[in-house]
Amino acid sequence: MIDKTVPDAEAAVADIADGATVMISGFGRAGQPVELIDALIAQGASGLTIVNNNAGNGDVGLAALLAARRVRKIICSFPRQSDSWVFDGLYRAGEIELELVPQGNLAERIRAAGAGIGGFFTPTGVGTQLAEGKEHRTIGGREYVLEYPIHGDVALVSALRGDRWGNIVYRETARNFGPIMAAAATRSIVQVDEIVPLGELDPEAVVTPGIYVDRVVAVGERPWLVDGAFVGGVDIEGRPV
Amino acid sequence: MTTRIDRRELAARIAADIPEGSYANLGIGAPTLVSDYLPADAEIVLHTENGMLGMGPAPETGRIDPDLVNAGKLPVTALPGAAYFHHADSFGMMRGGHLDVCVLGAFQVSERGDLANWSTGEPGAIPAVGGAMDLAIGAKQVFVMTDLLTKQGVSKLVSACTYPLTGVGCVTRVYTDHAVFDVTPGGFAVRELFGDNTVAELATLTGLALTDATGIPAAEGA
Repeated sequence: MIDKTVPDAEAAVADIADGATVMISGFGRAGQPVELIDALIAQGASGLTIVNNNAGNGDVGLAALLAARRVRKIICSFPRQSDSWVFDGLYRAGEIELELVPQGNLAERIRAAGAGIGGFFTPTGVGTQLAEGKEHRTIGGREYVLEYPIHGDVALVSALRGDRWGNIVYRETARNFGPIMAAAATRSIVQVDEIVPLGELDPEAVVTPGIYVDRVVAVGERPWLVDGAFVGGVDIEGRPV
Repeated sequence: MTTRIDRRELAARIAADIPEGSYANLGIGAPTLVSDYLPADAEIVLHTENGMLGMGPAPETGRIDPDLVNAGKLPVTALPGAAYFHHADSFGMMRGGHLDVCVLGAFQVSERGDLANWSTGEPGAIPAVGGAMDLAIGAKQVFVMTDLLTKQGVSKLVSACTYPLTGVGCVTRVYTDHAVFDVTPGGFAVRELFGDNTVAELATLTGLALTDATGIPAAEGA
C-alpha cells in the first residue's frame, strides 16, 4: 500500500537539511504554503537557497523565513514589491544573495529540471543584461540564449486537495508554480486543504500525478471556502473583513 | 490649444485597436486601464501570466478570492470560458507566439523598436524584472502605452535606449498622450495625431526624424 500522507506539517519538513535548495510555490500570497514554511522555520534548517517568484510579502510565510535569517540565496524574478521590506533590508545589508531570472525563464528552468532537460535555448532576455556572459545561438534566424535547469532538493507546494498516492488538484491561479516545482525537486511536499479517499479525485482533473509527490499533509480548509464552496468574506491576504 | 489626451482616453484609443477574438495581455499599471474600454459585447480573451485566460474585472466587495489574482497580485474574477494553467504553460503560450497582443508601459522605446521598461539602472536599486522580458518578445504585436515625455520633459522615444533593455526590436506600436507611432524599418512613423499636434512639432519634441503616416491606412491587423 502506498501512503504518502503525513500527520502534520512538522513531520512533513522534519528532514530538510541545512544548505538545501528549497522550491516554494506561490505567486505573492496566492498558493504560498504558509503552514509548511512556518514548520520549516520551527524546524530550524538554515543556509537555504530558496526558489520562488518573489521574495516574500509582509511578515508572514516566505518573508518570515527570510526574517529568521535562514536563507543564504534567493532565485526569483520579482523581489521588489510594495510589501517586500524584509527582503529589501537583507539585500541592502548584503546579507542575502539574489539571482534574478526573467519569470518565464524561471518557470521553464524549473520545468526543465522536472522533465530531464539539460538546458534550453530561449529568446527571452536576449540583448539584455540578464543574458550577458551566457551562451547564445542563432536558430532559424533568431537569436536565443542558453538557460539551465533549476533542481530542488525539496519543494514545498500548496494545493487544494490530494489523495494518499499524492495526486493533486489546485485552485484557480494559486496553481502557478506548484506543478512544475513538484516535478523538479528530489522530495516534494504538498500541503492541501483536505486529503480525500483514493479514487475520489477525477483522473481527468488531476493536475499533478502522484509520481511527482512524496508527502501530502492536510492543513485544513482555507478561510474563504466552506465545504469546498467559495464564500468570500476575506481580504486579499485571506483575513476576515 | 490641446496637445495631450489623458490616460483614460489613451486606454480607450488602444482598446479600439484590439479586435474581437484577440488573446491579449495587459501589463501591470496603466495598461490595465485598457480593459475598462474593451466593448462589453466583444469576446476578447485576457491572459494573465500568473496562469489564466478569460480574466474578468475586479470582484464585488466581500467577494475577494485570494486564490484568484492577476499579475499585479490584485483580486480579479474568472469569466465563463476561463482556463487555469501553471506558470510554465502560461509563459510557453506567451513565448510560443500564441498571444495576439500585449500592452506594456515603457521608460524608453528606440527607433528600432527596442524596449526599456524594467530598470532605470540606478545604483543601489533592487532589481526586479518579473515577466517583462517574456512579454516583450512573446506577443505577435507589442503595443506600448506611455506619455511621450517624462515629467522632466525628456522624450521617451529615443534613437537608442540608455536604460537597460527589456527586449530588442520587439515593439510594434507606441501609443502616447500626443500621438500614435508605428515602429518601421525607417524609424518612427506618426500614425495618428491627438489634439493640435503636428508631425513637425513632434519631431522637435523627440529630436527624431519622423515619417508622416497619418494619411496611410493602418496595416492589416494593427
